[in-house]
Amino acid sequence: MSLRIENLTVHYGQRAVLSGIDLDVADAEILAVTGPSGCGKSTLLRSLAGLLPVSSGRILSADVPVTGTSAERALVFQDDGLLPWRSVRRNVELPLSIRRVPRARRRVEAESWLSQVGLAGYEDHLPRELSGGMRQRVQLARTLAGSPRVILADEPFGALDAQTRTAMQRLLVDVWRKRPTTVVFVTHDVDEALFLADRVAVLTRDGRLAKVVESSRPRTAEPAVATERAEVLDGLVAA
Amino acid sequence: MTQTLEHEPTAVAAPPAPPRRRFSRLAVRAGSIVAALVVWELLTAFDVDLWLHFDRLPTPVEVARDLGYQLGTAVYYQDLLDSLRRIVTGFALAAVFGIGFGTAIARSRGTSDVVQPLLEVLRPIPAIAMVPIAILLFPSNEQGIIFITFIAAFFPVVVSTRHAVRALPVVWEDAIRTMGGSRRRVLWNVVLPGALPGVFGGLSVGMGVSWICVISAEMISGEFGVGYRTWQAYTVVDYPGVIVGMLTIGLLGWVTSAAVELLGRRATRWLPRGENA
Repeated sequence: MSLRIENLTVHYGQRAVLSGIDLDVADAEILAVTGPSGCGKSTLLRSLAGLLPVSSGRILSADVPVTGTSAERALVFQDDGLLPWRSVRRNVELPLSIRRVPRARRRVEAESWLSQVGLAGYEDHLPRELSGGMRQRVQLARTLAGSPRVILADEPFGALDAQTRTAMQRLLVDVWRKRPTTVVFVTHDVDEALFLADRVAVLTRDGRLAKVVESSRPRTAEPAVATERAEVLDGLVAA
Repeated sequence: MTQTLEHEPTAVAAPPAPPRRRFSRLAVRAGSIVAALVVWELLTAFDVDLWLHFDRLPTPVEVARDLGYQLGTAVYYQDLLDSLRRIVTGFALAAVFGIGFGTAIARSRGTSDVVQPLLEVLRPIPAIAMVPIAILLFPSNEQGIIFITFIAAFFPVVVSTRHAVRALPVVWEDAIRTMGGSRRRVLWNVVLPGALPGVFGGLSVGMGVSWICVISAEMISGEFGVGYRTWQAYTVVDYPGVIVGMLTIGLLGWVTSAAVELLGRRATRWLPRGENA
């Protein structure tokens, strides 16, 4: 599903957190969003999810204006997005239950998603019994179980160590290849952005769009192209 | 991982007590109670009157004899069940309405504006001060007593629920809503289970206050019930009976508080304090 952001401005109280953003995201594209801390990356995602009221401009999701939240646009959080009192299985079953999938099928589907993220055998664990990386796998399984058409990820691997982070990036790419979905991915990590995304949007400190850099070979084993890397970094420093 | 590492030094610093030392500690604890009983026996058996009138109090032996006698009578159990029924009814109502109002106030500005001022005006009044109103208002004493019990537990539950609901992290709610979940879904799947640890704090406090109030209400206006029996024993100069009543109240309070505590632990097993807490 495509997204279109038209002249988007969002205020927190008096302060404009985002101003005049114009951006299109194509169907099944992965777009990374980066920028200095406090530049409104999360605000942009939450607006796309329909969690925040838009001050002016508009957001179109498959040409329909976004007015509220929907199962079509799922949000993935940096951490603690899982419900701590529910077992891993019951966390993944939640979006299925919201979609009114019959109970018996919920269980089968949840288990299938969990085995796809490599967590077969952990169904009955509580989130706190898992490592940070495993919890993010559960979150990924839960998000995919809801079969959203857009995935909005807010620094989902930001709290993980380098090794786990690389494994999670590959997992995301694998899953995305099987079922290409539109992904908007907020990250601080330039290499992560250029590895995962078709394009990288750089926001300025005052919430404007600085530039959009195309990644020439996303999701390949080769390292990011030095000129593209430099271009994103320039954008960040200037921002 | 890091948690086990952090715990190791304390484990080294305080190794489990060897069996002999554990036994001697147990002996000291038991001895402390026995000593208190002996002091009580001596003070009362020798009718000590040193500003405090121990000569008027029954001896522990008299109390034990009276307890043994009362345990064989039907009226003892009747009183016990009456008090228990009142507390359970009032407390259950307080739990339901307290959690309901607390959640509504925390979640809806409209409800908060309407209900909160009323609650703030009523809250400083101790439940026991409402006894006259309860007697006037309700057709029977029984309902009045249950009302007092209800009011006593209601406020702690409302306040703790309100705080617990307000303190919930937004991510959980955002997660449910971006899965397409409705407000009701958020309420049942996030707000109520997430607030439960805080709510149980209020329920524990509420149970304690409820006992104070049910006993006082029974003393003032009751027919049957442990509080009524205890006060009646006092008025007919049956002092061992007073102490038996006190012990019974203590036991009931302990059992019901333990029940709430146990239920709370069961319901909040997911908290990070771990299985052994």
